[in-house]
Amino acid sequence: MPMDKEESFEIEFQSIKDSLEELCRETKALSVLLIDKAGQLITSAGNVSSIDIPSFATLSAADFAATSTLADLIGERDFSTLFHQGVKKSIYISLISDKVILAVIFTKETTLGLVRIKVRKTAEKLGNSLEKIFDVLESEYSGAVDDDFINEAETELDSLFE
Amino acid sequence: MALINYSSKEINCKIVYYGPGLGGKTTNIKHIYSKVNPDHRGKLMSLDTELDRTLFFDFLPVDLGTVKGFSVHFHLYTVPGQVYYNASRKLILKGVDGLIFVADSQIERFEDNIDSMDNLNDNLNEYHKNVEELPLAIQYNKRDLPNIVSLNELEDALNPRGVFFCEGVACEGIGIFEPLKEVSKSVLRKLR
Repeated sequence: MPMDKEESFEIEFQSIKDSLEELCRETKALSVLLIDKAGQLITSAGNVSSIDIPSFATLSAADFAATSTLADLIGERDFSTLFHQGVKKSIYISLISDKVILAVIFTKETTLGLVRIKVRKTAEKLGNSLEKIFDVLESEYSGAVDDDFINEAETELDSLFE
Repeated sequence: MALINYSSKEINCKIVYYGPGLGGKTTNIKHIYSKVNPDHRGKLMSLDTELDRTLFFDFLPVDLGTVKGFSVHFHLYTVPGQVYYNASRKLILKGVDGLIFVADSQIERFEDNIDSMDNLNDNLNEYHKNVEELPLAIQYNKRDLPNIVSLNELEDALNPRGVFFCEGVACEGIGIFEPLKEVSKSVLRKLR
């Protein structure tokens, strides 16, 4: 990737991380995760050490995808938010810029109303940065890695999948 | 499309096992789970029915480790093969980078394989993708059974593009890693 693109990616990515950390702080959430629609974590804030992140990201994306299809079945365009309430912990999931999924895990220390308001604010802030990040992410990856990378990766694959 | 995160130096690739119901997709992924070094894989997650049929998907994250500063992760999914679970199948294909088609070699499943391949094409088209453009490998599974279609017939019906294929007996761990290696490598080569 050309250096200016890489720098721009870094700047926007840091600004997204900062916004997520602010959201996490302001809502007293346990953690906030930004996930792409295919179920891969983009970045997170707060304490995620106790979460199985790949499974959480995959299920959040699947949850959202299934609910969107349900919306379609009843003639709705999309359900843009999902809320799962537990005894101790709850999850609020929302779709941002029609591109990524923002999941907030919180306890009774905060309220759904506050999470909802702060997520909306964060979504507005993230919109522009996400557009720029996705310009990079969605561009063709030719040149993203070189021959040395491929050779080394193939050797690793041979040994991992023996 | 593989997600490259330049900031956290991560590459995430999504590989989907596709094919007719009861063909052995889940058996493939379970074998991979049992054989890959536990330091390099996460939990195997299965969303299945009470009868152990895949309802939504199976999911296994596998970490290749760090290559030239990039941490490389493969996310393996299976789709439910039963015809009536097409909505789930379509959702799992979102963002797919590579495919392994697990065909059932038994004579009575011949048409099901063809239907499933057609269904794969139809579902990819909905995402404006074409199976021709994606890394694909085929495993002809259940080669140990007596009532099987010849390899030539299967190849003629399912592999006009001439992609990598192998014979498999998934329940005995035969022919499982070859297609996975092939597709994983092709997915990474596409990033070059």
